[in-house]
Amino acid sequence: MNGALLQVSGLTKRFGGLVAVNDVSFDVQEREILSVIGPNGAGKSTLFKLICSFMRPSHGGVTFRGERVSGLAPHIVARKGVVRTFQETTIFKGMSVRDNVIIAHHLRSKAGLFGFFFGSARARRDEAEFARSADEILDFLGLGHIKDELASNLPHGHLRALGIAIGLATNPAVLLLDEPFAGMNQDETRRAVEIVRGVRDRGVTVLLVEHDMEAVMRISDRIVVLNFGQKIAEGTPAEIQRNERVIEAYLGIEDETIGL
Amino acid sequence: MTRAQKAVSAAIFLFAVFVLVPWLIAATGRSDLYYTLTSVALLSIISAGVWLTFHIGRINIGQGAFALMGGYVSAILVVDYGVSFWLTLPLAGLFCAASSVLIGLPILRLRGVYFAMVTLTLTEVMRLLALAIPLTNGAKGIVSIPLPGALSVFGATLIPDFATLENPRLAFYFLAVTLMVLCFAALYRLVHSRIGRLCVSLQQNEELASSIGVNIAHLRVIAYAISSFLGGLGGAIFMAISQSIYPSSFTVTDSVNFMLNCFLGGLGYVFGPMLGTLVLYFGWDLLFETGELQLLIFSIVLIALMLVLPNGLLSLRPGKWRR
Repeated sequence: MNGALLQVSGLTKRFGGLVAVNDVSFDVQEREILSVIGPNGAGKSTLFKLICSFMRPSHGGVTFRGERVSGLAPHIVARKGVVRTFQETTIFKGMSVRDNVIIAHHLRSKAGLFGFFFGSARARRDEAEFARSADEILDFLGLGHIKDELASNLPHGHLRALGIAIGLATNPAVLLLDEPFAGMNQDETRRAVEIVRGVRDRGVTVLLVEHDMEAVMRISDRIVVLNFGQKIAEGTPAEIQRNERVIEAYLGIEDETIGL
Repeated sequence: MTRAQKAVSAAIFLFAVFVLVPWLIAATGRSDLYYTLTSVALLSIISAGVWLTFHIGRINIGQGAFALMGGYVSAILVVDYGVSFWLTLPLAGLFCAASSVLIGLPILRLRGVYFAMVTLTLTEVMRLLALAIPLTNGAKGIVSIPLPGALSVFGATLIPDFATLENPRLAFYFLAVTLMVLCFAALYRLVHSRIGRLCVSLQQNEELASSIGVNIAHLRVIAYAISSFLGGLGGAIFMAISQSIYPSSFTVTDSVNFMLNCFLGGLGYVFGPMLGTLVLYFGWDLLFETGELQLLIFSIVLIALMLVLPNGLLSLRPGKWRR
């Protein structure tokens, strides 16, 4: 499919003798929610780092809107519109919630560093626009009431949402979410699923890596399954649930966990 | 603090530094204090550079290298090439900034204790370099450097020749505090602009910063270059005051002290290095009476202060000038 927003082709990453990601290819269409799943050590996190260029592939590459992004510095890939969030609670701990989101508007700034130093008219316009946009994003994610809290004081669920808020502030075309439902109870997961849908409805393509099968089956348009670094299946949730290789890979896990 | 309060505090500070202190010194006849206060002003400029590297999350124990480099650049230009001291001042800063870009590009990739270790050796490397290359005249150093000449623009004399002045100490005091005020004003502006917040984002999480599109390598080098510029500037004026420069003019101890000044004043406050330098400098002098116990008492007090006040002396202020 040539109309794909993001194409992963023949992506391979070797660490010495270990092949963490082995010749993986798939396409991501505009405005879909695509999940990458797989047992522990299947290479999901490595794949994730390769896509947003936090790591260089040994072979193959990732193209975004027809342009190769593998090998570019992460901030340049972010500038092009492929932005990641982090697995753990990676935020700017010493800043307020609102400042976290305001600073993440960096990519949208039109003024240069000198402009910000001297407080040029353009820089002041940028600041006002960032503050307005940050408030909008925080309200959208239900963080409006705690925006003046210090980020390090937030409970877990809110931190995850803040991570997504930081990602959204960069105005991404593709947002990569690293295990957005990990460690959440059912209630929190339900809310988080709604948030991810909401993000997609804003026009952002979502690519997520996740363990929580139930949530993945509920939220994804399509699913890619990895095992031992190789892609073993790709398809809609219904197709994946019937796929024998997937069932085999998850053997030993109770059927319920993969939604059968 | 409101805008008005800030303006009033700034006015009081400027009045104290430019009017009150000279008047008090004249009234008490303690003109030796000029030298002490000039040193404090210059050391706080150099420490401000270290503070900025702390602000991007790097422990910098190598500022002495750039102070030494700045001093030598200025001295060589004045003595060997007859360049006006006033022109060498920005040149020394720029030379240090340019060198720090070359040095910083590889070493700023290191974090935490690794960066600290490399910078620690920088001062020593610079000292050995000054000993080894002919341009710097080895261990004999460069001596009998003339006092700064007159600075005139389009025939109007802005600064008179220091050699003709009755009291060059006073002139150096005004030069040092003027530069200190300018440097700290610029630093304050920098830190409170978006650039400052970008620096904090680096300090707190470089990966996240780069994921939101911040060119972290670029920003790190810019901050380090500004830091080294301040180091070179301070070093150059020190050279002019003592009219000499030796490989041992700035040693590893000085580099450590620049860092301590920042710790003592408070890493979260722009004016931390200024207060830290003042307290450390006078604290050391006050302990002179205790003789050989000086260093012991000094160290114990410093350790105690860091344990009790981890955020520095300025964290005691009721109205906070945070960040």
